[in-house]
Amino acid sequence: MSFINYSSREINCKLVYYGPGLCGKTTNLQYIYDKTRPEAKGKMISLATETERTLFFDFLPLSLGEIRGFKTRFHLYTVPGQVFYDASRKLILKGVDGVCFVADSQAERMEANIESLDNLRLNLQEQGYELDKIPYVIQYNKRDLPSAVSVKELSEVCNPTGVPEFEGIAVTGVGVFDTLKALAKQVLAELRKGTS
Amino acid sequence: MLNPQLVMYEEELRQIQAIADKLQQDSRSKTILLVDKNGQLVASAGNHRDLDTTSLSSLVAGNVAATGGIAKLLQEDEFAALFHEGKGISIHISLVGRRIILVVLFDKNTTQGLVRLRVRKACIDLTRIFDELAAKAAMPQENNPFDEITDEDIDNLFND
Repeated sequence: MSFINYSSREINCKLVYYGPGLCGKTTNLQYIYDKTRPEAKGKMISLATETERTLFFDFLPLSLGEIRGFKTRFHLYTVPGQVFYDASRKLILKGVDGVCFVADSQAERMEANIESLDNLRLNLQEQGYELDKIPYVIQYNKRDLPSAVSVKELSEVCNPTGVPEFEGIAVTGVGVFDTLKALAKQVLAELRKGTS
Repeated sequence: MLNPQLVMYEEELRQIQAIADKLQQDSRSKTILLVDKNGQLVASAGNHRDLDTTSLSSLVAGNVAATGGIAKLLQEDEFAALFHEGKGISIHISLVGRRIILVVLFDKNTTQGLVRLRVRKACIDLTRIFDELAAKAAMPQENNPFDEITDEDIDNLFND
């Protein structure tokens, strides 16, 4: 849950990028980090294995500017996508304000997408959240790959509730900021609804 | 909600800051950080200008979360304190209530025993304040400044 500091007039929110292994969660954060002005970002931290697979999480703090006199800060996290790191994924979802599900568009990863989505829903439930009730967006990543299935098909499988969805090519940045903005907007709109 | 939103007000932050300052002096430590379990820095005392407190807070919270996960697997309620010993700097990490993490960075100018002793005392006072804060935050706000946020305000954040 967000942290509102009336003393320093700051709002801090936590966004989590979720999705199957190698879908491009870290690549999303890396692109955001590379393209953000130095004064608006902190250090990006990646707790990764020697082969650069996420072991625990990636972390990127971002400042977006002021809203009604409050500085808005977003802490972006990724989870490890590999199935056997489930215990770590649960921990990272604690206190989440918004979730971005990064789906892998490749036909051969469809099953992994479904498994990861089910896992997301379940892990959120364990923390007392409902996926359908929290700020949530989907990115269909790797649109440039030859085996990418159509967005319509992906949408039918991954997005039955019709949340905002974006096409992405995270390595070149396509859709990366659109996805982040849509999620950040939902989180801020949620603040307006009330603090309970 | 299991994990209510953390809200900080001027008066409570002043009290928390005073306790953190006192703890830093009494324990002869270098730096005190108070971090929300979600990784947000709440307050700090002592020498922290050269530290990347944002990253430290996030990693400490990850560390505490992982330790909590281990405790759960071992059917232990929680591990209330963690200690990392380095050659130059050591870190003592403890939980205040169930919501806040108290981090003490110290060097050879003090001992782990003294740090633990002073932390215990500070924890009692901090727990009281954070309990009061939680109760205050749970009450409906008369003037929620976020009621007034418009779609335009939100859009303006992303204009550049």
